[in-house]
This record gives sequence, C-alpha cells and structure tokens, in this order.
Amino acid sequence: MRDSHKFKIPIGPQHPALKEPEGFSVALRGEKILGVDIRLGYNHRGIEKAAEERTYIQSLYIIERICGICSHSHSTCFAQAVEEIAALEVPKRALYIRTVIGELERVHSHLLWLGVAGHEIGFDTLLMYSWRDREIVMDILALLTGNRVNYGINTYGGVKRDISPEQAQEVLKGVDILEERTKYYIEIATQEVTVIQRLSGVGVLSREDAIRLDTVGPTARASGVARDVRKDDPYSAYSEVPFNVITDDHCDVYGRTVVRLKELMEAYKIIRYVLKNMPEGPIAIKAPRKIPAGEALGRYEAPRGEDVHYVKANGTEKPERVKVRAPTLANLQAVKHMLKDRYLADMPIVIAAIDPCFSCTDRMISIDYSGSDKSEAIKWEALRSYGIEWYRGKGIDFSKLNKEFSRRAIS
Amino acid sequence: MTVCENIRQQLAARFPGIEERVKIPRPRRIFVEAAADEFRKIFEFAINELGFNHLCTITGLDERVNFSLIYHLAKENGVLLNIKISVSHDAPQADSIIGYFPGAEIYERELVDLFGIQIKGLPEGLRYPLADDWPKDEYPLRKDWKPKTAQAQEGK
Repeated sequence: MRDSHKFKIPIGPQHPALKEPEGFSVALRGEKILGVDIRLGYNHRGIEKAAEERTYIQSLYIIERICGICSHSHSTCFAQAVEEIAALEVPKRALYIRTVIGELERVHSHLLWLGVAGHEIGFDTLLMYSWRDREIVMDILALLTGNRVNYGINTYGGVKRDISPEQAQEVLKGVDILEERTKYYIEIATQEVTVIQRLSGVGVLSREDAIRLDTVGPTARASGVARDVRKDDPYSAYSEVPFNVITDDHCDVYGRTVVRLKELMEAYKIIRYVLKNMPEGPIAIKAPRKIPAGEALGRYEAPRGEDVHYVKANGTEKPERVKVRAPTLANLQAVKHMLKDRYLADMPIVIAAIDPCFSCTDRMISIDYSGSDKSEAIKWEALRSYGIEWYRGKGIDFSKLNKEFSRRAIS
Repeated sequence: MTVCENIRQQLAARFPGIEERVKIPRPRRIFVEAAADEFRKIFEFAINELGFNHLCTITGLDERVNFSLIYHLAKENGVLLNIKISVSHDAPQADSIIGYFPGAEIYERELVDLFGIQIKGLPEGLRYPLADDWPKDEYPLRKDWKPKTAQAQEGK
C-alpha cells in the first residue's frame, strides 16, 4: 500500500466520543492504527501544589476532589499516609466503616463502567439498566455519608459518621437487590453472543506486557496478574475480611468486563461481612493540627487499580510535599500498546476498558431567588420528586415501570 | 526475620556501608538513600535479584539545597522499596529509567515539567502535564515558585 494512504487524525481534546478532555493523535493506514500519541494534562489543576499551601485538614478535602468517582479512594489513601506519619492508631470501627464506604464506591464505579462499556459498543440498553441500578448504591452512599459523591467521611484518626443498625439494614436490602442484578449482568456478559464477540480479542494485553507496562487494577487482573493492594498491602479492615482476588486469563476487553462483574460479587460479600462483624467502639481519635516531620506512602486499591500517595511532613500544619499517582496514569502506557495494529473502530471500547476517570456532579443545589435575599438549599429527595413531577406534567410517568422492575429484580 | 529485614541484609551484603542508610519505618516499607553513582547498581539489584517488578511512581522533592527523586518499587508481597537519590539544584539532571520500566515515561515527563529536572535518555515527545504555552523556566512544584494570585496577594 502506498504511503499516501497514511493519515494522522486528531481525536480530542474536545470530542463527542470522549468523556473527559484528553488528546489522541492517531496515525492510521486505512482502518489500521499505526501508533497513538496521548496528550494529557487538560485536567491538571495543580492540586499537589495547592495541598502544600494549605493545612492538613483543608488538603484532605482538596485531595478528595481529585476525582468525582473514586473520591473516597484518594482521601483514604492520603489520610492513611498522614496517620502513619503522626502515628495515629485509628479505631477498628472506623477502619471497618472506611471499608464499607470503599466497597460501596467500587460497586458504583464498576456499575458506571458497565454502562459506559455498553454504550461504547452500541448496547445502550445495558447503559440504561446498569445506571438505573447504580442509583441504589448512590442512595446508600447518600444515606451513610450525606453525599452521593465526595463523601467527606474521612478525617485524620477515623471517620466522621457512624453506621447505625437501621442504616446497616437499609444497606443490606440494597445489596440484595444489586446482587440479583449483577448475577443477571454476569449472565449477559457470559452468554450474550454479540457482547462476547464484540469484546473478545479486542484490546489484547498479554500477561508479560501487563507486568512490563506496570498496569494496575482490573486491567492487570484481566491479564492474569493477581495484583491487588487489598491483599498484598492490606489497609483498613482488609486483613480481617475474607475475599478473593478476581483474575482472568482472557487478556482482552472481555476479560476486563468479567473481572469487574465478579469483583462486584466480591464487594457484596465484603460489605455483608464487614457490617455483620463491625466491632463496637469509638469512630475517631483526636488528631493533632501539626503533623511531626516524617514521610510515608499510602497505597489503596481504587476501583481502577492501585492509588499511591506520598506525603512528606515537616512538623508544621501544612504538608511539605504531596505526590499523587492515580491508577489511570499507570494504565495509559498499556492503552498505546493495546491500540497498535488494531482497528480504529475498537478505539472507544479499548480506552473505556481501562475505565479512565471522569467526574460526577454534586447532589445539592443552592437556589438564590432573584429579587429577594432569600436562598434555600434543596434536599436530594425534593430535587428528585421535582424531577418526577416535571416529567409527569409532560405526560411521562415511570413509577409503574420502576415498581415492576424492582419487583422482578427481587423475585 | 521479616521480609524487610531480609532485604536490608541482602542490600548490606552487596553494598557495604549502605546499612545505616536503609530505614524500615513499618512492615512492608523500606526507604533507602543512595548516592548518585551507586543508584543504577542498587536499582538493577532490586529489579533483577530482589524481584521488584512494579514501579509505582517517581516522586520529585525540592529540598531547597538540592532536589531529590524517590523511585517507589513494589513486588507481589506488598513490600515497597523507596530508593532516594539527590540531584544538584543548579543543574538538576537524572538518567531515564524507561529502559527498565516503559511506564516511567509519564512520571519522568512530570519531573521535567514540574521541577525542571532534565532526564537524560528520555525521547522527544508530548509534554505532560502543563499547557503548551506555559512560560519557560517556570516550574510550579519548586518551592520558590508561587502562583500569580498568591504573588499578587503578598504584594498588597
């Protein structure tokens, strides 16, 4: 083929197929990808520098906002490092609560991913189903922490909210429904021929390459690398909780799908175990305002893989240095490798299969009435019923359908 | 003997005099301070003989008299080996490690952009993470760099 058939096309930083700004420069010959250059940094907000200029407690909230989806991962990872430097003995009950929130976060993140993956292969029914089910876990998170995202439950030396027995019952009820739904999704992924054929042999990453390219999380585990910080370097309550590290040897997008779905089942197991065996006692101890000089490394298994936070303290109330390495950064080198010599049409699902991070919105809206100085904060329930009423006014009513779905999901 | 103690002894046997520069603050964490000229040997020893097969990241530090780089290496049993080297503040320079870990490329570009540390052996490529029109010779994670808004506030 003549070289004039070679093309270079830019995709992004703003592109309808991307959920976040990032620039891909794809060299093509016909439909085949010759190579990909990735330009990142469009979301760089200088959070590491910002953390250096703020107190530890302020930094905790900034760090939590690195990501709208795995916010608990980042804040726990950072808090762990600071607690290690300050030699704070976090109460056991607090560690258990962190574990519950962490696993609920994994559930919402994996369900979100499932929807995105469905969307990228033109299976939008799967997107609608899994995102509707994801609302159950979002409601649970709102019930326990007061927030759908950016939970703000961590503080140095523990957590800020306890889980009451009544709340635990609500969580378990939700988990039961989600488990049923997840079984159904596993059935789809393992039996539905179109899904299997679309995802198999796409985005191939051999076990050797997965190790060589430093991949983390489900991306590594779907290539047979049993790398999981929860098992290798246990934090929170994971050393006391029985669970399996899910691996798969398909080494492609199909394997990544199976790993995430099976991890959902493990997450339900962990949540049930932790709620059942939650020790009594305080949920936090008092942390000093100034952190003694020292350095520590926090590690955390976020839904997307290993999250690393390095913290250096200098004895003042502000950190000397905070370094964050989120899992997506570790997995991007592998994406370049997966795309090479493959078809352009596979690009969206291959990129989506490492689950690159994108942001959610806040749940609370503040309304300023124009012409008066009255302002009001709307609660989530009020906002939701407003939405339902608005649609009902237009003649669209989903309430019967929703009841039918939840009845079917339970039976 | 714990896993970390074992690694400390192996390091001490191979690199005499390194023992007092090896710290084990807690289980599964080892911090080693290496001189610039022995870094490559220690790094290769860790990869080839101690079995560290995963690079978590590279951290840059501005310690005012010099810069430091910390290479965070991990292996399956959760042990983290943190090898720290110092580089001069006036003409900061370090060798690239992408020959060992191709994934290190993005971490090294970060050091170039945010600290102004030159990485020898890093191929030409797209910068990360700063914007293409970011002013030259401004390295935001250096301690003497302040954002413009902070400068303006201090000027008042």
